[in-house]
Amino acid sequence: MHSKSLAELSAGLTAGSFSSVELTQHFLARITEHDKHLNSFITVTAETALAQAAAADARRSRGEAGALTGIPLAHKDIFCTKDVRTSCASKMLDNFIAPYDADVVERCAAAGMVMLGKTNMDEFAMGSSSETSFYGPVKNPWDSAVVPGGSSGGSAAAVAAGITPAATGSDTGGSIRQPAALCGITGVKPTYGRVSRYGMVALAPSLEQAGPMARSAEDCALLLSVMAGFDPRDSTSIEQSVPDYSAALKQDIKGLKIGLPKEYFAAGLNASVDAAVQQAIDEYRKLGATMVEISLPHSELAAAACYVITAAEGSSSLTRMDGVRFGYRCADPKDLTDLYTRSRSEGFGAEVKRRIMFGTHALTAGCYERYFLKAQQVRRLLADGFKQAFSQVDVIMTPTSPTVAFATGERNKDSVNMFMADACTNAANLAGLPAISVPAGFIGKHPLGLQIIGQHFAEERLLNIAHQYQLVTDWHTRAPEGF
Amino acid sequence: MEWEAVIGLEIHSQLATRSKIFSGSSTAFGAEANTQASAGDLAMPGQLPVLNKEAVRMAVRFGLAVDATIAPSSRFARKQYFYPDLPAGYQISQHEPAIVFNGHMDIVVKDGGSSKRIGITRAHLEEDAGKSLHEDFNGMTGIDLNRAGTPLLEIVSEPDMRSAQEAVAYMKRIHELVRYIGICDGNMQEGSFRCDANVSVRPKGETKLGTRAELKNINSFRFVEKAIEYEIERQISVLESGGRLVQETRLYDPDRNETRSMRSKEDAIDYRYLPDPDLLPIVIEPEFIEEARASLPELPVARRLRFIDEHGLSDYDADFLTGSRELADYYEAVLAAVGGETKLCANWVMGELSANLNRDDKDITESPVSSGQLADMIKRIIDNTISGKIAKEVFEAMWAGEGDADVVIDKRGLKQITDSGAIEKILDEILVAHPDNVAAYRAGKDKLFGFFVGQAMKATQGKANPQQLNELLKKKLAE
Repeated sequence: MHSKSLAELSAGLTAGSFSSVELTQHFLARITEHDKHLNSFITVTAETALAQAAAADARRSRGEAGALTGIPLAHKDIFCTKDVRTSCASKMLDNFIAPYDADVVERCAAAGMVMLGKTNMDEFAMGSSSETSFYGPVKNPWDSAVVPGGSSGGSAAAVAAGITPAATGSDTGGSIRQPAALCGITGVKPTYGRVSRYGMVALAPSLEQAGPMARSAEDCALLLSVMAGFDPRDSTSIEQSVPDYSAALKQDIKGLKIGLPKEYFAAGLNASVDAAVQQAIDEYRKLGATMVEISLPHSELAAAACYVITAAEGSSSLTRMDGVRFGYRCADPKDLTDLYTRSRSEGFGAEVKRRIMFGTHALTAGCYERYFLKAQQVRRLLADGFKQAFSQVDVIMTPTSPTVAFATGERNKDSVNMFMADACTNAANLAGLPAISVPAGFIGKHPLGLQIIGQHFAEERLLNIAHQYQLVTDWHTRAPEGF
Repeated sequence: MEWEAVIGLEIHSQLATRSKIFSGSSTAFGAEANTQASAGDLAMPGQLPVLNKEAVRMAVRFGLAVDATIAPSSRFARKQYFYPDLPAGYQISQHEPAIVFNGHMDIVVKDGGSSKRIGITRAHLEEDAGKSLHEDFNGMTGIDLNRAGTPLLEIVSEPDMRSAQEAVAYMKRIHELVRYIGICDGNMQEGSFRCDANVSVRPKGETKLGTRAELKNINSFRFVEKAIEYEIERQISVLESGGRLVQETRLYDPDRNETRSMRSKEDAIDYRYLPDPDLLPIVIEPEFIEEARASLPELPVARRLRFIDEHGLSDYDADFLTGSRELADYYEAVLAAVGGETKLCANWVMGELSANLNRDDKDITESPVSSGQLADMIKRIIDNTISGKIAKEVFEAMWAGEGDADVVIDKRGLKQITDSGAIEKILDEILVAHPDNVAAYRAGKDKLFGFFVGQAMKATQGKANPQQLNELLKKKLAE
């Protein structure tokens, strides 16, 4: 059952081959069996999952089921869930139970999906390796010696290991796409404003979007159709109707103009990764697409700009974690300053503290112009560059990550080097563009991904282009050994 | 040396929206602690602000009323500092640009004095913080977040004022205006209208600004005046004794009537302003401005001028009557029903009516005597049914709920005697009864005229028409 696509699972439920309760039991059993090692879940909600599954079966028997009714999924532990802990993988929120659901969680529940639990991640989504979690690092199911990527590493690892059919993630600088690539699954970062941020614990609100993570583009299309939509509770949510993302998957892509930005294929790109991506591009040639070499000026500044903005906004987003109203509070504070200082010193992990300090510094008088304002200028230049590029091409292809998964512990003392893991993905966040990562091969036993970036609200097109590739390749169907 | 004070005010005016600026919670005052604080007001993780459009509309109304520019696009910024009653660790405010900038307000300090223009640098939208409660918690602090997220309009003046009196006059004008245009209830006890003052002094003739102090906790007109006066004195005495001033924030203590240093500029907080990524820029279309303009009532300044120019009222009267929109409306309603006699109508509103309102601690909107009732009574003065003096009795009776003027006049038999024959008859009796006084008057003791009037009024219980009485008495004494 765990190797089936969402569409196949849906068909199985409709045909009565299995019930949602059976399906849920199957995945819960797999979580029990495999997650001790993977550590991809922070919280497993077996009891409520089975209740939701029973409700989904009842709904199906009344003839009221939608495409995903009864299908299990996992939510990244950054999405607030009513009555279930939302920790953001931090000691700070280890005891935090929100009295509300995130919009994404609400929409999935309304579609009849079954929540298996909450997935592990980098603490407050600050990281690209899922090693900074208060609950311990996540393992890559392809090789337990390497990281799964991050920050949505728990979701990526769980999908890759087949212990959940699909998961939600959030992407501030590559946090869906990079772990998707490193774990050999498909992940979509939607256009900024496409998916509501309501109830998603904020890191850098101007950059981040929630998105689907699953085996294939076809699965992502189904899940994104549920997740996307206007939400008046999020002022940056855009009021635009949601297309049926599955409808356009089958269109052929003859005549598609693909831009290959030379800056992304320059020195620094791992030669094996480059070769694998070139192979993927050849597949697209065979499918009738034409390649255009383009330039995206200032691409080399994207990582630095993204780092500054993420740290600055992140330092601000986290000021509410003060030990006063919710979350971790130090024992026996002797006065207000002590309460703040110790609650935050004890509640936050090292990487989070590092970024809070840098972000705070970047916003102080005098530094604001040098760092934050400069980063915003870079952001505008990058957006202009994309606009220019999209006057010549339909989509842009790049590697998702300059390397395959790196060894556990290799970069987690080096904040900047860690951030370089997202060097290929940052620009789409800065420009608010949608992008997808598609499994595009292996180097040794380590998967790698192809990134496709589209124009605003071109998710439908991106999913179509990814699906056409997945019809002629089988990278996304491969499963790691032992799972 | 002669010194000159330089004063600028920052006024926080709580906007009279029903819900908060970024959440749907109620803004009503006085509810049980934390019952009007939603998850958003508590800044719980994942909660997002959504702007209340009514607050924007009110800011625009204010901007138009002070002849300011409305920014076509402005945005919110996070003003960051840690404080327990500031749940998010930042206040959502506006940095640059503000929604309203470059306006002005004219003030008059002395009755009949010339008016002075005070510049309004900017007015921006922001959210209020909660309250820290230090009593009743045994050495701990309680937090009430009911007020957190209440919309404020911070109105920042230019340093154009030169005395405490000018500062108070300006503050009163703004206070009057915000209530006039219905954006603030102006309740200073409940903190709906608060003020900080920036005060510095310099030698007269100097154009450079001196070192300023920011005065906090001056939340009444009287405190503003006293605190600024004290601060000017203090700064002058420091400078005259050869000392130096430091830029600082000072707290006014009304019990001791002094200001005390809170923090100096060296400890000033770096607020690390950050454009708030959760909120879109406030983009204001010209139609929105025109709608707001069309909905504005006649402003107090214009109304005051109309009362002076068209009604022939004095500066003082016009000022008094435009003190609140409701009072001015009342006066104009009386005037319209009477159909003229501006001064007479104004005198009644400012005199008996206001005195009674004051005495009974009532607002004009709670007056037991309606504008129509007062107008009917004034008509009876004009048509000589009653004298002005008798009218006071009639008014008291109406105030006490005895009914309309005509009913009171009838029931109490207060109708004026205007029959010359009847008045003459009474006068004849009085003159006969006091032959000595008549002789004395005729011998040149003019003051006795009042004695005869008094006797006649006594005899008629005040109902004799005073004018007729005077004329007839003069005639008779001259005989």
